[in-house]
Amino acid sequence: MYYAIVFLPLIGFFIAGLLSFSHNNSKVDKAAQIITVSFISLAALMSAFAFIIHINDHSIIHIKLFDWIAVGSFIVSWSIYVDPVTRIMLIVICSVSALVHIYSIGYMSHDNSKPRFMAYLSLFTFAMLALVTADNFLQLFFGWEGVGLASYLLIGFWYKKSTANAASIKAFVVNRVGDFGLALGIFAIFYLFGTLDYQEVFYKAEALAAGTSNISSSIFFFGYEIGSLNLICFLLFIGAMGKSAQIFLHTWLPDAMEGPTPVSALIHAATMVTAGVFLIVRCSPMYDLAPDILSLITFVGATTAIFAASIGLVQNDIKRIIAYSTCSQLGYMFFAVGVGAYGAAMFHLFTHAFFKALLFLGAGSVIHAVNDEQDIRKMGGLSSYIPFTHMLMLIGTISLMGFPFTAGYYSKDAIIESAYLASSGFSSYAFIIGLLGVLMTSFYSWRLMFLTFNGTSRIEEKDISRIHESPNVMLIPLIILAIGALFSGYFFKDYFIGSNSELFWGNSIALHHHDEHHIPFLIYYAPMLLGFLGLFLAWYMYLKNKSIPGKIVKLNGPLYQFLLNKWYFDELYEFIFVRPAKAIGHFLWKVFDGRIIDGFGPDGIAKVVLDLSIRAKRIQSGYIYHYAFAILIGVSLFITYFIYRNL
Amino acid sequence: MIQLEQFLILSSLIFSIGVIGIFLNRKNVIIILMSIELILLAVNINLVSFSYFLGDLTGQIFALFVLTVAAAEAAIGLAILVVYNRNAGNIEIENINSLKG
Repeated sequence: MYYAIVFLPLIGFFIAGLLSFSHNNSKVDKAAQIITVSFISLAALMSAFAFIIHINDHSIIHIKLFDWIAVGSFIVSWSIYVDPVTRIMLIVICSVSALVHIYSIGYMSHDNSKPRFMAYLSLFTFAMLALVTADNFLQLFFGWEGVGLASYLLIGFWYKKSTANAASIKAFVVNRVGDFGLALGIFAIFYLFGTLDYQEVFYKAEALAAGTSNISSSIFFFGYEIGSLNLICFLLFIGAMGKSAQIFLHTWLPDAMEGPTPVSALIHAATMVTAGVFLIVRCSPMYDLAPDILSLITFVGATTAIFAASIGLVQNDIKRIIAYSTCSQLGYMFFAVGVGAYGAAMFHLFTHAFFKALLFLGAGSVIHAVNDEQDIRKMGGLSSYIPFTHMLMLIGTISLMGFPFTAGYYSKDAIIESAYLASSGFSSYAFIIGLLGVLMTSFYSWRLMFLTFNGTSRIEEKDISRIHESPNVMLIPLIILAIGALFSGYFFKDYFIGSNSELFWGNSIALHHHDEHHIPFLIYYAPMLLGFLGLFLAWYMYLKNKSIPGKIVKLNGPLYQFLLNKWYFDELYEFIFVRPAKAIGHFLWKVFDGRIIDGFGPDGIAKVVLDLSIRAKRIQSGYIYHYAFAILIGVSLFITYFIYRNL
Repeated sequence: MIQLEQFLILSSLIFSIGVIGIFLNRKNVIIILMSIELILLAVNINLVSFSYFLGDLTGQIFALFVLTVAAAEAAIGLAILVVYNRNAGNIEIENINSLKG
């Protein structure tokens, strides 16, 4: 069964990839869609089955497929390793991927290269599955790079659009920074422990922390002596930051919205960006031994949560708002990890996948309805035209804001409570940020909803008649996701964070128990109350008294500009990294390569040869008397030589 | 009695005239042919005078051969010139440079 889950998407990719060589053939398109959709749906059903039957026993299934690399003592196998963490990832990946595949049939119906799109989606799914089913760091790295590649291909899917190309390259390059950290981390692990296998590494790491191992507990890195575990955890965290778009390495995520919307839902909301969280949860036994790094993660996660939410408050592009929301929610997951609440982080990852994919696909449905308009200032009053989409997005929004008994309510509360209860570094900072973030999240989500669906329409007259509800093939995945967004929290909270958690997780993550009775009443209800406050503020500002936003902007002009320009991160990076890199590149290209290497190398030699031959050519003038003169001179020289030699 | 040196001086003078005739002449191919004849005759004078002073007839026989070859060469050269003149319309040396690189 697990073979099928992992390899069905790969087969789908190969078939759809081959079919993509024929263009604009509706039969081929249909075949590619049916094959990929059915394969991935099958995988989704099987992963759901696997999740359900093993929900009460934390059994581990470990299949070694083959030895991938075997060099001396360095043996890396290709394997399928399924424990509770993997099972959660499997169901999230496969189900969201299947729904996105189905949705794409409708969303991409006007596109010319459907098989290519389906092939990329399937490739992504396979790479992600390879990532989560790895039993060693190298296979994880393979999947990690695979999803990066698929993300690059899909962001740049509309390759004729220059912004899409720029965004795909940006995503790739920024991810490279993180991947560099991850690669260094893996090197460090191998250097210290001599193996890349998860279980062995964690076992040796524990021995190292307990001081019962002969592995050196510190390592020289750039001339500094650093604790081995701290260094490894830090480097792996850099990788996670890149993939999960944490602050400083987040700039690619909003730009990635240039890709088709189903891609944003699958890759940049539900699955790939959570790979960083997955990595740290997977390594939780090791991270538990490096409390300093956990504090750092808490700090970075909380900062990202508030930073991205603050930008989300003022953005006007419907997809960018949701993208910053994703960034912010990933921040929540990270600080949950940072305070040691691995279960809560995975829970939020799980619920977030549903409601954020729902929001993205809903936004896609809106964009589809209004002819590819993404600016919410040019929408408004859409609820009467597309009631179904409105209702489904409403479900996504209440789940995101943490409306009682929806999925987001349980997972976000769990994170904020664990931040409150934890005593590690920065946990109180994270707690306060978490609460503030709830207020902001609620505000920007409702702002988006009100500006898009309520109020008076700001659409041009001629476009209004063309607004249409999306076809069923797009709405049905939304309905399934909506069910997930509403109920996945209620049904699974006991397993992830509640009474059954020990049974559910087993040894797959490091569990910490807090006594929940010590939470004061106010703290317990604070997230919910703040969520409602955000809803009220958004309602008051965008529906009741519409002059307020303008006044606030006028009063806080610089702040507004600061937020609207995303804290000027892009400009800062442009100044610090991009321009010097371009200047260095230009120097190396023009001066070093052009003048020095080419100048003295190929070009130089060619030039000398050309020069010589031009001179040699002049000797051959065609005049007989020149030749005769040359002969005479030659003869005279010979004679002179022989005469003087014989003297 | 005329000495060997005087013959050699005469022959080298004629030889030089021939050579210079080749170089300095920029007008006419026929003059080049004549200069070549002069060079050959200078060599003949050398051969004959060495043969006479050394008492060895081989040189004189060799001079006869050279004369024969020179006659043949003149005939071929003039024939080429006639054909060339028919094709190109003139025999100006300035124009005969189609073999240049």
